[in-house]
Amino acid sequence: MAKGVKPRVRVPKKAAKGDIIEIKSLISHKMESGRRKGKDGKLIPRSIINKMEVTFNGKPVFTADWHPAISANPYMSFFAKVEESGEFAFKWTDDDGSVYEKTAKITVA
Amino acid sequence: MKMNWKQVTFVAAACAVCASVFVSSANAADWGQYEVDDRRSGFTYMTDESRAMQVDSFQNPGMIWVEQGAELWTEVNGKAGKSCASCHEDATAAMKGVAARYPVYDEGAKTLQSVETQINHCLENNMQAEPYKWESTEMLSMTSFINNQSLGMPVDVKIDGPAAEWYEKGKAFYYERRGQLDMACKHCHEDNAGGIIRANTLTQGQVNGFPTYRLKWQKVGSIHRRFRGCNKQVRSAPFGYGSDEYLALELYVKWRGRGLPVETPAVRN
Amino acid sequence: MSTKQALSALTRREALMLAAGATMVAAGGVVLKSGTANADEKMTNDAIMKLIGDKKPADGKITLELPQIAENGNTVPVGVSVDSPMTADNYVKSVHLFADGNPAPDVASLHFTPMSGKASAATRIRLAGTQNIVAVAEMSDGSVYRAQQEVKVTIGGCGG
Repeated sequence: MAKGVKPRVRVPKKAAKGDIIEIKSLISHKMESGRRKGKDGKLIPRSIINKMEVTFNGKPVFTADWHPAISANPYMSFFAKVEESGEFAFKWTDDDGSVYEKTAKITVA
Repeated sequence: MKMNWKQVTFVAAACAVCASVFVSSANAADWGQYEVDDRRSGFTYMTDESRAMQVDSFQNPGMIWVEQGAELWTEVNGKAGKSCASCHEDATAAMKGVAARYPVYDEGAKTLQSVETQINHCLENNMQAEPYKWESTEMLSMTSFINNQSLGMPVDVKIDGPAAEWYEKGKAFYYERRGQLDMACKHCHEDNAGGIIRANTLTQGQVNGFPTYRLKWQKVGSIHRRFRGCNKQVRSAPFGYGSDEYLALELYVKWRGRGLPVETPAVRN
Repeated sequence: MSTKQALSALTRREALMLAAGATMVAAGGVVLKSGTANADEKMTNDAIMKLIGDKKPADGKITLELPQIAENGNTVPVGVSVDSPMTADNYVKSVHLFADGNPAPDVASLHFTPMSGKASAATRIRLAGTQNIVAVAEMSDGSVYRAQQEVKVTIGGCGG
């Protein structure tokens, strides 16, 4: 696992049934592109988060495949239409197989 | 006319700086709190996109370090079995205003303390822990977290009493030519702020937003890292992190930005 | 006097002065040229074909939000949205983003569902120089749309 990877998400705490809400996410990661050279002149191997998956109450809402052209500390915002209260689950997958997860609850009235 | 190598290089550098002045645009915008008299935060020189990234506390990538600092605050570290919170308790109250008034002269330690040296002073003496390395993740997280508690507060450093000597030393550094390009801080940041060097806008070099998330660095960095970068740009040997030279310069440059709001973590190019 | 002689007659000082002049011209806000050893239009089209096959993309429906000039190529904000009702039988399945002047053209693939409510997303990307950002949207009915926009990326000064 890349050291010190920390996900942050922002989901509104409350929404009305049928609202389309904006969700923002940020995760600390160098997103090493595999094209930079280190101080020894050798290429630093690629090490990125290549996938982000978001579900709501177990159903897929949004998925992103990331390439090395995504900036360090990747930011991603998107939308979701909520019809019921529940939980968003976020999952990021690293090149090395590590998985970073975070959840956020929302109350829909 | 015969010029030596140093002079010729200076002409080249100076021309690049002069040329830039012609293309700088007059800006009559109202910058609100980011402008005090003739003092302008680096914020006012950035693009709209970078400004938007800074002011949205979620989008701001520097907040990653602030959050890591919040975790370190309550983590027990060292032989004394204490965390920062053991003595200071709630950082939102205890650390509010620190970034606005630091660096300060410490009567006990008989030296000027920046937030970094103060943290290490606490770690070593009160917590009996290992000091943080200047540009380490731990130090950047802790300084980002502490300074962020003063977000929006006007910079107000003391330059009288025992701090006066440091202030004078910093001021002398600011106006002293150095390096192969023979340039002082003032040549870029006082005489040519707003001008363009190659395709980047020169700013007044204010330090009210440190640690700052630089797009170039793709992470946050300290004031002293920025000083070292500037010194290298004029082909001068940089001073060490936490050196007396940079501590004095930090106090002087901070004073130049008096009244500007603390912006930690600022987002800059 | 031949060119070669003229050049050799230049002193070190004159050569430096010329270099200084060139710097002055360049100081007016130059931008990096796209191309060189990086991806090009063909590589980008090949990457697109790999994802959507030989379908012919139509214009329209996609809005790209990008700065005209990026302050720093390391972190360029990009937003993309596609006009769609996002219902179970009519929604945007995927939006693929490409940068035709980067070492590799692929940037990201964003996959939506009717639960997305809105086919709109934003992220931050790396651009190696001035180039086009291309967005290709795949709809649930199999139709494909394409849009592109140029972003100028400035040469760093002290920012490097």
